[in-house]
Amino acid sequence: MPKFKRFLTTYFEALLPTLAVGLALLIGAVILLALRVNPLAAYGAMVQGALGNVNGLTQTVATATPLLFVGLGICIAFRGGVINIGGEGQLVVGALAATAVALALPSLPGLILAPLVMLTGAAAGGVWGGIPGVLKARLGVNEILSTIMMNQIAVQFSNLLLRGPMLDPAMINVGAQVPQSAPIPESAFLFRLVPRTLLHTGALVAVVMAVLVYIFLRRTTIGYRIRAVGLNPHAARYAGIRAPVYQALALALAGAFAGLAGAVEVQGIHHRMLEGLSSGYGFSGIVVALFGKLHPLGALPAAFLFGGLLVGAGKMQRAVQVPSALIDALQGMVVLFVVGSDIWVRYRARQRQTQEAPKAVTGPVAEAEA
Amino acid sequence: MSELFTLPVLFGVVYSGIRLATPYLYAAVGETFAQRSGVLNLGVDGIILMGAYSGFYVSIITGNTWLGLLTAMGVGLLMGLLMAFISVTLQAEQGISGIGLYLFGLGLSSLLFQKTLGEGQALSGFGPVKIPWLGDLPWVGAVLFNHSLLVYGAFLLVPVAHWVMYRTTLGLRIRAVGQNPQAADSLGVSVARVRYFTVTLGGLLAGVAGASLSISLVNMFRENMTNGLGFIAVALVYFGSWTPFGVMGGALLFSFVNALQLWIQVKGVNIPSDVAVMLPYILTIVVLAFARRTQQPAALTKPFERGES
Repeated sequence: MPKFKRFLTTYFEALLPTLAVGLALLIGAVILLALRVNPLAAYGAMVQGALGNVNGLTQTVATATPLLFVGLGICIAFRGGVINIGGEGQLVVGALAATAVALALPSLPGLILAPLVMLTGAAAGGVWGGIPGVLKARLGVNEILSTIMMNQIAVQFSNLLLRGPMLDPAMINVGAQVPQSAPIPESAFLFRLVPRTLLHTGALVAVVMAVLVYIFLRRTTIGYRIRAVGLNPHAARYAGIRAPVYQALALALAGAFAGLAGAVEVQGIHHRMLEGLSSGYGFSGIVVALFGKLHPLGALPAAFLFGGLLVGAGKMQRAVQVPSALIDALQGMVVLFVVGSDIWVRYRARQRQTQEAPKAVTGPVAEAEA
Repeated sequence: MSELFTLPVLFGVVYSGIRLATPYLYAAVGETFAQRSGVLNLGVDGIILMGAYSGFYVSIITGNTWLGLLTAMGVGLLMGLLMAFISVTLQAEQGISGIGLYLFGLGLSSLLFQKTLGEGQALSGFGPVKIPWLGDLPWVGAVLFNHSLLVYGAFLLVPVAHWVMYRTTLGLRIRAVGQNPQAADSLGVSVARVRYFTVTLGGLLAGVAGASLSISLVNMFRENMTNGLGFIAVALVYFGSWTPFGVMGGALLFSFVNALQLWIQVKGVNIPSDVAVMLPYILTIVVLAFARRTQQPAALTKPFERGES
């Protein structure tokens, strides 16, 4: 019987994020009812739009791709005990740098250019995330606030470049001023997996990255140290780990993944840099990481789910005139419910520790090793 | 360049700087109380948006801006209560739950606005009220004493907050709970009750900040009209070393830079407007880097639980 009970509670814990989404949808339905909208029609349109046909399904996977990249970075940062809110800005800077390199080196063969462009995006995002990291390590600047400010700076910086040096020359010729860059050379494209859809090879790269991040956090010394710092910076320091260095590194890595998301969006979807390239992916990536319980492989289904919600919301807006802003509210509720329900998980963990006392003695660093 | 620094321009910058500081003041003073008791409410921006929407909606429907203001306060209070429940009772990670609250407020205010009002509504909100005698002073009168009631309220709030924080038992309790919750608890102060109070008060004031935007300064509502104002308000608390007057200094500095930036754009000085818009955010990071953190409440962002050391 106790075995069965433990089985039940373990599953309940694993299901908590799903319950959070269910509860958010339920409250969303109440809000829709209050606005005299049939929630079944709205949600129906959402599901139909996201999963109902090849077009929706491929679009869902294509939208899940940047979410997964950003979410993986968030997993690293949050595991390291640093909170990165700067995904949005890091993504924009990554996309800018990727576009610039692709435009500057059009003669390179695709096999070299495409990976180079991706790496550039990651590097630029890494620098943009690394600045708050260094500021935190050297001057103790709160990374939550600095990453938020870096978002605003990145967006303005992007506007500046897209209206000035990076503005599409074709725009100047026709006298229009749509803030976007020239199209990147075809050799830098990530080719489409299914013709005439948005699904591109970036999705595969994202899945491979999820596995690599899993291995990185679990099996490498650096990954282990990042997790140890996140679990208990004081204990980590006693173990000879320089906590600020690894927190700065975690922020830079989170930035690199967001920057990669930006590069992949340019190479796989838009084929140029444009204003509003990231429609809230930086924040959705946080929701994805939390839904996946900060586990890189858990981020896979999470990215698919929230990619589907974002795609479905767009379709819902057109089909039944429910603003897609509903999705922001739903995401917010999911975050609140997931972090709110953590108290239950912590309570259970403490119960287990007192039941199996000898294990508790080894402390947080040993936990990180497990 | 010489044309920029004429006397009328200078007065114009000061005048709009004072106006622009209003929402920051309400939100940041409220946040000061929350942080002083140990709770970082990062969801302020979401609360401001909900306050701005609800205040605007009720003002339009009833034609009464006071009712609008009252509604914004009520909505802010409720959202503050929600944040208090999550951060105090459920002991959730404060930075992340704040982002959740922000997304919730951002999404809900846009959704409600699009479904109830839609585009292009405007109203005449709280207009300027000239203070007798002082308002008639040359130059100074027009710049300092000819504002809307909500602007005066914001600047009156600062000394009141200072008095509460440093001259009352309540203020002492708030500071004790933020500095050493275990000690406060052992002396019979309810940590949870104090934190519920400060976070809810912070929510209420964020609601007023929202109303000050939608029914006093701009007199309209737009989706995401705050554009990160609430996050800057949180940063201002750090900048002001967790004191109401420090926060006021930060808010004024920030809005003067902002007002100057707007004037630069109007005057067409040869600085790209994007760079000018960037300035306040860069300034915030620089200021955060050199802010004194000796004043930081020791228990900030740390949930309290009895029996833990």
